[in-house]
Amino acid sequence: MNSPLDILTLQPPEPVARPAQPFDVRRIRADFPILGQQVQGRPLVYLDNGATAQKPRAVIDALSHYYTDQNANVHRGVHHLSQVATDAYEAARRKVATFINAASDREIIFVRGTTEGINLIAQTFGREQIGEGDEIIITEMEHHSNIVPWWMLCREKGAKLRVIPMNDRGELCLDTYQTLFSSRTKLVSVVHISNVLGTVNPAREIVQIAHAHGVPAHIDGAQAVPHQRVDVRALGCEFYTFSGHKMFAPTGIGVLYGCETYLDTMPPYQGGGSMIQNVDFDNITYGNLPNKFEAGTPNIAGSIGLGAAIDYLNSIDFDGAAKYETNLLEYAHDALRGVPDLKLIGTAERKVGVISFTLSDIHPHDVGTILDQAGVAVRAGHHCAQPIMKHYDIPAATRASLAFYNTREDIDALVSGLHSVRKIFG
Amino acid sequence: MSDLRELYQQLILDHNKNPRNFRVLDPADRFAEGYNPLCGDKVQIYLQLHGDRINDIGFQGSGCAISKASASLMTETIKGKTLGETETHFKNFQAMLTDPSSNLDLDQMGKLFVFAGVRDYPTRIKCATLSWHALRAAIENVQTPITTERDNS
Repeated sequence: MNSPLDILTLQPPEPVARPAQPFDVRRIRADFPILGQQVQGRPLVYLDNGATAQKPRAVIDALSHYYTDQNANVHRGVHHLSQVATDAYEAARRKVATFINAASDREIIFVRGTTEGINLIAQTFGREQIGEGDEIIITEMEHHSNIVPWWMLCREKGAKLRVIPMNDRGELCLDTYQTLFSSRTKLVSVVHISNVLGTVNPAREIVQIAHAHGVPAHIDGAQAVPHQRVDVRALGCEFYTFSGHKMFAPTGIGVLYGCETYLDTMPPYQGGGSMIQNVDFDNITYGNLPNKFEAGTPNIAGSIGLGAAIDYLNSIDFDGAAKYETNLLEYAHDALRGVPDLKLIGTAERKVGVISFTLSDIHPHDVGTILDQAGVAVRAGHHCAQPIMKHYDIPAATRASLAFYNTREDIDALVSGLHSVRKIFG
Repeated sequence: MSDLRELYQQLILDHNKNPRNFRVLDPADRFAEGYNPLCGDKVQIYLQLHGDRINDIGFQGSGCAISKASASLMTETIKGKTLGETETHFKNFQAMLTDPSSNLDLDQMGKLFVFAGVRDYPTRIKCATLSWHALRAAIENVQTPITTERDNS
């Protein structure tokens, strides 16, 4: 990044000084090479950002630069390139720490993605702290990645899942949440922003309620980080997880934030190189944070790519981008309300640009295929959140999910495609 | 949109809207269920056999237009056919959708030829073949002495 705004990456991500240039979607789109391509002979309309976001040139260049000029294994190398790679890798960790306002870069564990982050918590903190008869509180609107690891742990330990229900708008029932606590509650694990409903959950309040009962909290931030600034210390949660690829970074890299006092006492996740201090056949001592949780050669390139994505977000007017996205969501809601027989799934008061819907009784796969012919990429299915489908008594839904590079023209193409769907299905 | 008309032909749309043999057979001699966990499509196949012949067939389930129409047209095609004839239909249908060198035509395929266009939509082929795999599962239970699960509830 050659931007003079790089200096911002060194400062806390509070909405203090923002970049001079206000958010301009035309300029932003030029940063994403893939958005220029044609699909089925039409300009790509990419509305599948909830599944994965596109990558800015700066991220692609960072990967290329790493493999062209810096590639070596990190840590313990005495040669020049190893030091270069180690510096770049650890710089990426510091960028993450600053980005989410962690107290220390020792609290940033690089993982494959949100899923691995949650499994790490379940397999370390969970296996040590949760036993027979204990309880874990999750919600009805979780992605399977924040259900299955806990369910597996419960099966192994004889523990129980307690589920915070939601109303039909897709908002959590916090009154019921309060009643789910018992002396056996060991963890609250809640999604920050729903990948189906777009609901922004009151994470800070949820954490505070958990703390009032003396229970630590994990927040699944996979869908939150691309849409808004996250401050883990303001949230107060013990754990926060997210994936790089949904926030414009490469796939295969993600972050587990854990507050140091917890990470320190937790056992390691995987055993192997890098995570030890001393090994002999009678005794092994583990390394310090964050190495204790990073066995084996890490995803060095991915981490550097994630660092580049953070630099990119700091170089644009990210708060302006979030405001732009909110306006675009309102535009999309209004436009979609004009499509007969379309029913929105998720109408929470606080939501981001994740728009799920059903269209008459037309199956979402048919909707998706027809939209694809118009160059419009959406997702169709249960979105790895079957309990939400069950809540609304639908087998599947179509989902259009926005990023700050989407435009009103994209929404118009979606709506026009939906009219074609209705025409074909009569 | 001409490509889409190829995929969503009138016959497919009609069978999606008014699926034939969309019912539970009770009693049924054989039952099998097809499930696509990735997209959530489900189909249940019920068979009544008379010797080597499929006397009656019914299906239930939920899925996209392609999967529902495919199940419906499948039941129309194989009702009254022998198990051997059914297997030929299965193989032809499979080849039409997945084997680029197959040149099966309308004469050989009959109404099932309406699904030829699905070949151009690789993500949708599994939708069209789901019910056929469920049918085969039901038939194979005939050959292997496994008590079929009955799920009429």
